[in-house]
Amino acid sequence: MCRRPAGVIMKVQDALEMICQTHPGAVRSHNEDSVACEPACGLVVLADGMGGYNAGEVASGIAVSVVATEVSHSLQNDSPIRRDEETGDEYGVLLLRDNIQRANAAIYYAAQSQPQYAGMGTTIVAGLFYDNRLAVAHVGDSRLYRLRGESLETVTRDHSLLQEQIESGLISVEDARLSKNKNLVTRAVGIDAKVATEIHVHDVQVGDLYLFCSDGLNDMVEDEDIQSTLYAMQGNLPLAAEQLIQMANDNGGRDNVSVILVKVKGGFSAPGGWLSRMLDWFRK
Amino acid sequence: MAAKLILSMNGAVVKEYPLNKERMTIGRKAHNDIVIDNLAVSGEHAAVVTIMHDSFLEDLDSTNGLEVNGTPTKKHFLQNNDVIEIGKHKLKYINDQITQTTSADFERTMVMRGPVSQAPQGAMKAGTMKIPASPNQPADGEVVERTGRFDAQATAVPVKAAASAPARPAQGDSGKIAVVQILTGPNAGKELELVKNLTTLGKPGLQVAVITRRPQGFFITHVEGAKFPLVNGQALANQAHQLSDHDVIELAGIKMEFYFKG
Repeated sequence: MCRRPAGVIMKVQDALEMICQTHPGAVRSHNEDSVACEPACGLVVLADGMGGYNAGEVASGIAVSVVATEVSHSLQNDSPIRRDEETGDEYGVLLLRDNIQRANAAIYYAAQSQPQYAGMGTTIVAGLFYDNRLAVAHVGDSRLYRLRGESLETVTRDHSLLQEQIESGLISVEDARLSKNKNLVTRAVGIDAKVATEIHVHDVQVGDLYLFCSDGLNDMVEDEDIQSTLYAMQGNLPLAAEQLIQMANDNGGRDNVSVILVKVKGGFSAPGGWLSRMLDWFRK
Repeated sequence: MAAKLILSMNGAVVKEYPLNKERMTIGRKAHNDIVIDNLAVSGEHAAVVTIMHDSFLEDLDSTNGLEVNGTPTKKHFLQNNDVIEIGKHKLKYINDQITQTTSADFERTMVMRGPVSQAPQGAMKAGTMKIPASPNQPADGEVVERTGRFDAQATAVPVKAAASAPARPAQGDSGKIAVVQILTGPNAGKELELVKNLTTLGKPGLQVAVITRRPQGFFITHVEGAKFPLVNGQALANQAHQLSDHDVIELAGIKMEFYFKG
């Protein structure tokens, strides 16, 4: 099977299929999740806000719009694979880090200045697809899963008390489902003046299916059911997204549930990247 | 409302102990938090470590050991109504947080501030359950920053969640097992029990339909492929279609029957 793009290089928006869906769930009246897809630059952003009254929606809304708008705007004039001279980081990674920091500041100052927003914050998970890779930035317990072939893997590790307990061996993964300490995040955007964003870059293969979700999905639906849904429905992403949300609601739907699905249909190496340069060289 | 242990002997309650410390020890000697003065109990017999809403029981290398719900154990993640047996004494663990608070309140995501997240990590890396220095009961207002506010607005949220919380998808028709039996083609006669929440018919990439198990029953949905499956000779529309006993499904020229067994 051909994993690498052969000859034809697609633009990122032609190489990816994206679906964004969000639902308040079966219990809550407010939807504090926010989602955005920017197919033109290969960007997706999902945030799960927290705070009284509508502050959660405000926080997740600020985070998603700042990151989606700023990153896609910056990428109109610059390439995500350019290396920053100072840090040596790729521009794509820097953009995610800087703009999550920017969103953090915006939420933090709004919370400081307006009493009804005091203490609001949000999780975030953002993915930027470029040059056959995926840069993933996350804060809190919103997740990224990857279906490759038949196997489903969690790409991000939650910033939560429970995840820390799992990693330290205090509690097993199986027992973790019984814990009453779910929903305790150890990091969030907008709570302090600065935020520590975790960013990793992963290689992408043609055929991969990525699922970004809020904890309203993975708290209500077993990984096994997420896997079987993604595998069976990978040919019909809108239906897959609908099915995931429906399963969360059938199981109680106690939280807002958001899913973003991204299917990799072809290669998308960046212009100026090593692969396209090599192919150009062969064409001469 | 903190979780608690209820000490009893021969069916009579001796005392209740709220788990209001991170680490509570159980033993014969007087310095323990829960003292059981009986020679079958070791000086320091066991400890209960509580982190937020979860409690963990650990045997401190006692002479006579521990049982939880009749099973000998060294380490145990306590669940509501667990019964710990130490010799002739029983300690019942009560943690009914979910019924105490409204679930809408309980499920809210909260943020733990930096020092809190650091402490358990550092302390637990030692690989033991010995005192994570700082995480504490939520009553300790400084430690956990609760960002949700739960007054009039929050209580207005339907409390329906409590009832639906443990709901696992039902077996459809009152516990009966649903089956698809293949009627035509090389696999004719084969039975497929629909025990999973989602059963795939067909082949991904070509022709796929799925049968999903929901609280209301079983539904068939067309996923991909040029042809829509037929149910009793009628082509499916784009929506999911609820299956009835003895429906005949036709997919890619293969006929199969859906029915409830037993």
